[in-house]
Amino acid sequence: MVRLTDMPDTDARHLREKECPPFDSEPWVTGPPLAGRRVAIVTSAGLHRRDDRSFDMRDTGYRVIDGALSANELVMTHSSTNFDRTGFQQDVNVVFPIDRLRELEAAGEIGSVARYHYSVMGAGWLPHEIEPTAKELAGLLKEDAVNAVLLSPV
Amino acid sequence: MATVQISLVREHTAKINPPRALWVPFELGRPIGPPGEPDFQRRVLASALGLLEAASGPVLADFPEDAPGGASDDYSGWVCPVNLAPPPASADAGEAAPVLAEIAKLRPWYQVGLERRGRTTVGVSGLAIEDAVTLLAGFLDDPAVASPRADLALPQALKFASEDMRAWYLEAATAKPGPNASKVLNDWFWNETAAGALALKVAAACRRSDDAALKTLGQRSLVPRAYWPLIG
Repeated sequence: MVRLTDMPDTDARHLREKECPPFDSEPWVTGPPLAGRRVAIVTSAGLHRRDDRSFDMRDTGYRVIDGALSANELVMTHSSTNFDRTGFQQDVNVVFPIDRLRELEAAGEIGSVARYHYSVMGAGWLPHEIEPTAKELAGLLKEDAVNAVLLSPV
Repeated sequence: MATVQISLVREHTAKINPPRALWVPFELGRPIGPPGEPDFQRRVLASALGLLEAASGPVLADFPEDAPGGASDDYSGWVCPVNLAPPPASADAGEAAPVLAEIAKLRPWYQVGLERRGRTTVGVSGLAIEDAVTLLAGFLDDPAVASPRADLALPQALKFASEDMRAWYLEAATAKPGPNASKVLNDWFWNETAAGALALKVAAACRRSDDAALKTLGQRSLVPRAYWPLIG
């Protein structure tokens, strides 16, 4: 089950019917070589610290994930049940590749790993619904001198 | 700020047309690839981040490798580590009893998984697993049962109790190293366990409810779409 054509019909139909408005421009930001980049992860997997407030069913907010957090502190409260969770249960890097990012840092392939990463609960938000959150996150990422963001779905 | 995204649904990304994206041919829920495959995961990540050095865009690249470990519906490897054949039904045992009996059988495997991985994803309800089961069963007896947490309305408490129950079972089921295809595991939970049957009954009861939030919960957020035909 990796492509729409391989999915159960009900799942594939649901995804095909999703509204996907295109960007109204083609922004293109450049920067230093990868070895000079400070990289943060922004995931839409609904991850947060165990003690954080959970995501509710209609929640466009975000949660902060300290890059030094223990994997056991990360839980997921995404409203959707229609994606596999057994991978995340076995290995946090399936959804939040913090160990892999640190390995790329150690190998000199990226410059550094951001101190903070961020999580939202992606539930098919239209751009105008999630834009205020995105703008706030951009400000926080700039404060951490981040110049490369990995956007990861679930 | 430069961004690069992982794409799980290529058709969506092609329509949205973001600056940089790497489409990966993996199942939903596994954007960086399968668990326990660090070399593969690192290649995915390096491929995505490598797009930051593209000279021009937008660019939508395809990751060239399929996920290792076989298909999500590969039935050739995994078997449930314990025999969950239910005891003869007792008329007054209640809905929780068969689930609690399964939990007792599976508990050693849950502990093995916990110790091997050093982590658990169970706990979003804030309830002990037995209490989560009791809440779900109690809802079937009394749909007006109180939420056990002051900060969670009943629908959200039911959702998290159900997710904790499923995560607990699946973490126990994947404690043993080896093949564990996701569809096989989910088929087992929803078709063969008393816990799956309880969650399906809760979803059915929510769908019958006059409460809009409970109805929505039952219609969308307790049972994966692929298993909706099992809801009574």
